[in-house]
Amino acid sequence: MPYVSLSDKDVAHILKTIGIDSTETLLGTLPDDLRIKDKLNLPDGLSEQETMALMRSMAAKNSPVGQGGLSSFLGAGAYNHYVPSTVEHLAGRSEFYTAYTPYQPEISQGTLMAMFEYQTLVCQMTSMDVANASLYDGASATAEAVLMARRVTGRGRVALSGALHPEYQRTIKTYLKSASEDITEALFCTEAGTTLVEAADAAMGDEPACLVVQHPNFFGCLEDVSALAEAVHRKKGLLIIVVTEPVSLGLLKPPGEVGCDIVVGDNQSFGNALNFGGPYLGFMATKTEFVRQLPGRIIGQTVDRDGRRAFCLTFSTREQHIRRERATSNICTNHGLCALQAAIHLTSIGLGGLKALSRVNLSKAHYLRQRLLETKVCRPAFSAPIFNEFTVRLDKDADAVLQRLLKKDILAGLTLDRFYPALTNHLLIAATELNSKDDIDRFAEELSNS
Amino acid sequence: MKQTTDKGFFMDEPLIFERSSSGKRGVEPCQSDVPDHDALSTIPKAFLRDAGDGLNGFPEASELDVVRHYTRLSQWNFGVDTGFYPLGSCTMKYNPKVNEDAARLSGFTGLHPYQNEATCQGALELMHDLEAYLCEISGMDAITLQPSAGAHGELCGLFMIAAYFKDKGAPRHKIIIPDTAHGTNPASSALAGFKVVPIKSGANGLLAPEAVKAVMDTDTAALMLTNPNTIGLFERNIKEIARIVHAKGGLIYCDGANMNALMGLARLSDMGVDCVQLNLHKTFSTPHGGGGPGSGPVGVVKKLEPFLPVPRIRKKGKRFTLVNEGDRPKTIGRMKAFYGNFSIMVRAYAYIRRLGAEGLRRAATTAILNANYMRESLKGDFELAYDTPCMHEAVFSDKLLSGSGVATMDIAKRLIDYGFHPPTVYFPLVVHGAIMIEPTETESLETLDAFISAMRSIAVEAKTAPELLKNAPSNTRVSRVDETKAAREPVLRWRA
Amino acid sequence: MDFPKDLKYTKEHEWIKVEGNTATIGITDYAQDSLGDVVYVELPQEGQAVTKHEAFGVVESVKAVSDLYSPVSGSVSEVNDAIIDSPEAINEDPYGDAWMIKVDVSNKAELSDLLSAEDYQKFIEEEK
Repeated sequence: MPYVSLSDKDVAHILKTIGIDSTETLLGTLPDDLRIKDKLNLPDGLSEQETMALMRSMAAKNSPVGQGGLSSFLGAGAYNHYVPSTVEHLAGRSEFYTAYTPYQPEISQGTLMAMFEYQTLVCQMTSMDVANASLYDGASATAEAVLMARRVTGRGRVALSGALHPEYQRTIKTYLKSASEDITEALFCTEAGTTLVEAADAAMGDEPACLVVQHPNFFGCLEDVSALAEAVHRKKGLLIIVVTEPVSLGLLKPPGEVGCDIVVGDNQSFGNALNFGGPYLGFMATKTEFVRQLPGRIIGQTVDRDGRRAFCLTFSTREQHIRRERATSNICTNHGLCALQAAIHLTSIGLGGLKALSRVNLSKAHYLRQRLLETKVCRPAFSAPIFNEFTVRLDKDADAVLQRLLKKDILAGLTLDRFYPALTNHLLIAATELNSKDDIDRFAEELSNS
Repeated sequence: MKQTTDKGFFMDEPLIFERSSSGKRGVEPCQSDVPDHDALSTIPKAFLRDAGDGLNGFPEASELDVVRHYTRLSQWNFGVDTGFYPLGSCTMKYNPKVNEDAARLSGFTGLHPYQNEATCQGALELMHDLEAYLCEISGMDAITLQPSAGAHGELCGLFMIAAYFKDKGAPRHKIIIPDTAHGTNPASSALAGFKVVPIKSGANGLLAPEAVKAVMDTDTAALMLTNPNTIGLFERNIKEIARIVHAKGGLIYCDGANMNALMGLARLSDMGVDCVQLNLHKTFSTPHGGGGPGSGPVGVVKKLEPFLPVPRIRKKGKRFTLVNEGDRPKTIGRMKAFYGNFSIMVRAYAYIRRLGAEGLRRAATTAILNANYMRESLKGDFELAYDTPCMHEAVFSDKLLSGSGVATMDIAKRLIDYGFHPPTVYFPLVVHGAIMIEPTETESLETLDAFISAMRSIAVEAKTAPELLKNAPSNTRVSRVDETKAAREPVLRWRA
Repeated sequence: MDFPKDLKYTKEHEWIKVEGNTATIGITDYAQDSLGDVVYVELPQEGQAVTKHEAFGVVESVKAVSDLYSPVSGSVSEVNDAIIDSPEAINEDPYGDAWMIKVDVSNKAELSDLLSAEDYQKFIEEEK
């Protein structure tokens, strides 16, 4: 039987030690009427070779992005980036991936130091004071940030930018539903594609806990974060900035320098494959004064008994295993390995690499945008500046265009009316360093033919 | 076989920031084949980083620097592949390599969550079938794969329970939780807006129906229990308890963290459970990753099905498709963006297919067998919390240590010197100085014996040479870590 | 373990010393010993009202959290800010340097059910 290490002789020895003659005797602690009488109705077990063949056949029913497969211009919170070879080789070391949460620091210094470095990298990119070791994904991290803002301010009102990823908005609403407090939406400007300061002001009311703004926002537009920060701070609420494409942080002024109180988002772009939507990498960073309200694991530096530098989990009294119903969050298992992968990616490319990467993404997106607009099949939907993602408006039925381009192995983008009924024939399109000039030119060509 | 550790060959290693020096190049990400776009031509200067911005000391290291750095770090770590990891409640079983290979197939890793359904039928089919397998194993009527971890699953289940009562027009406000529960249970309940009503487990370590009856009322939404419980005992009275809770209109939530003891042996549905989260990173062998990612699917009975998060996967003829909120008006919404931790699902799917019905049952019975071997072999040297046969884990107290000046933590640290990861300690809270041992089914008799021998030696050392325990571990790269200093003088990041 | 005779005690392990209308409050030697190394303490603001049997603050060690319950009602007249910066004082000198707050007592009748040093010592013997 796979993955069981006992021989029949071993089982006999164990039974003898326990003083019983069959395993059935032990199962006697299960009440008879609760025992499964027959076998589970599942397929029969497979050899390893058959298992792998089955998995290959399942995988072959998909058309993945890149690798000679589909040419994808999809983004919307999940970005196709090149992952350096170092990531899989190093994070693939099983001392990392077969370990548990580092509760025993003396034999977990590897994980602990890597997470301490990851926290530092997040702080460096965002210009914030402290970061936690990870959360599940950008959406749940944003919901956690909203809950944190409520704890910090003691207020209920939460204003969400209408240009925040709709699935993030939905997640926040799910998390807050039980508290039935007021969540309001700050409308975006249909011309610029960015959050209207006046609308944010109205949505916040007099005593907001927080204003949540994505930057670059869901439409790919860059927000005027400073202006929004001023508006929420005037009312003594917190500004939460959501970053779904952290490659932008290599180029854009970091949230910590433009008045942000909590930065959350998803670091999937670094070291984590698309993986059909998960696991991704929620992150959260904030100011020192709010550290006791942070959810999730935090790693700290200390010393061992001999005075050597060492690392351990710290501020654990915030967490569920100690504070139980009064914990800052219920989170336990988080996304540590994804964070390790991100850290390896970031340290592999380094400062120069991160800046170069963000510049290439900016250039690819602008080249793509220009090529698409030249076809005259589409128009820019919004006027605000962009990073590596943008929205266009097609003059014809967007779904039909997507279908036609799919036949040419092109994933042309995301139709926005699935989330915004008013934005018919709007297409959200992203470009990264993995979209070659040839792919971009072919996309433009096929679009004009469609 | 006596297992020992030696000094090993630990290279010292600075933080990557300390290895960094200005101008060093690592992996060059890419070269652009399109015209360089001048950021200032479209983006206001105030939105951009200053030209010389060094990102507060962001690292600059060579590729080899990075490779050595993380290789050394990995050598400071202990994983299941390194050695025995009897961490109670965490089910640290072997993580099969074939699952890793399957999860790395580009047909899975290269899928964008928003790509056309026609181009990801294999992924949808896998998720659809995994839901069906988990339904069969747990006995539940429907499953969502969306939650990212056990606690996320608990929260999802409790949101559904809250929505169920609200939908009936009679919201309820309390959740009953036994004192043996994982900390996530009360934390999730509070997060879902419930008041926690704690109850004590009985002298035999089990929940007594009378205790439930005494607190169960029509404002109680659910009883949240773990079965087998955190003492490793099967809650024998669960059917009676479920009857009491159901009679008042309440629901039973089961924390499925300990499902490894039940696979193929008993179904939660038969016990009266209405909602359960399963931990793929425990029961279904996916690796823990040094703290995730896991996956926490939630199973429900029919009456809770309308409240499951969206999207749902439907099979229409031979096609698989995603059903969204428009067709699911009662859904609680979303626990996260997209569909859940897909690559973890791939691993769990491969595991279930590899083992099949018989293999899963054998895994559960062997886990029980190994735990009872631990229990029987160590009960002369350590005091059992409850002296009855256990399921998948055995819990001891520190009673036999009293007067020795040695604490449970010292035993845990001394085990490291013998080359073992310590068991879970000081949990459950109802057992003084608890030592919770979960060997799992994947360990060999030789490993179990080596651990037993180490525990017995430590029991003797506690009396004859307590300093050995108090100064442990001695062969690790660092000696005992000062967690007090970490909390009193917090250093949470490196600074230039 | 030390239980000064001139103090009064509560079953939640706080001590209280009343001089005139002012009560000084802290946690007992037994409480600091059970908690272990104290790493953090959260105290109310000056002027804030406290109520008998209700929490006025929090004390934390690395692996435990405990609420601080007020033995008496009144308003906070002074807060020992020094222990916020050096919480280790709570372990070192729980009855002296590590007093926590001073309260203007609003109802002296509330003092009648506090425990004497002897009674408190008896109580913790039983609790063990």
